[in-house]
Amino acid sequence: MATKLIVDCSTGITTEVELTAEEIAQREVDAAAYAVELAEREAEATAKAEAKASAVAKLAALGLTEGEVAALLA
Amino acid sequence: MAVTHKLIQTITVGSGGSASIDFTSIPGTYTDLIIKHSLRSAVSTTLNDCYLRFNSSTSGYSERMIYNSSGTAAGSASNSAGNIAWAGTMPAGTATASIFGNTEIYIPNYASSTIFKSISFDTSGENNSATDWSLMLNAGLWSNNSAITSITLYPANSSTFVQYSSASLYGIKNS
Repeated sequence: MATKLIVDCSTGITTEVELTAEEIAQREVDAAAYAVELAEREAEATAKAEAKASAVAKLAALGLTEGEVAALLA
Repeated sequence: MAVTHKLIQTITVGSGGSASIDFTSIPGTYTDLIIKHSLRSAVSTTLNDCYLRFNSSTSGYSERMIYNSSGTAAGSASNSAGNIAWAGTMPAGTATASIFGNTEIYIPNYASSTIFKSISFDTSGENNSATDWSLMLNAGLWSNNSAITSITLYPANSSTFVQYSSASLYGIKNS
């Protein structure tokens, strides 16, 4: 059974207690939400990387050198 | 000279790990709070995030965050009236051994019973590597008038904090 550490700031006493069933259920809900959040972040990063690669290709097609494209992106 | 920055308590996780770190009975005698945490999660990934709750509340957390992970383009994320507050990032089970995250969280006016509570943090999770890291800056709001008397920190994915993870709570006074 998972435990948590609790420190009472008024006394300085630290205790280790088991998570309640309610707390465990809430953690599972939070973990599921976190998985969704991570997927969204990854999708955003991928979309930005793809957009950047597309822009670079279009600039190159216009005749810009690699150095000129790099200067624009810097 | 007045003491304006005082350590209230520190918790260091023992050999069995811990599902959360809870500061309770926080005295209302300071103007602001700071949490400095150095955490590592047991889950089998390179990085993991940390969540936070005030007074065990599961509602009213809104946030805006910018982040950058492992050299990818910077991103942003938001959370409106959610059930948790983001509270940093940290290395996890498959990261290089003995590497921990670094986070500072600032919570002004925490003892007020008339205003909502703001929260901000900067954080870095790393793997002693040029390619595995996560950086975040975050500003948030807990839409609740209650004075903050307890704070819970826990890994985002139902994991545990490993041994030697630690969190320190400081009280800040303005004079």
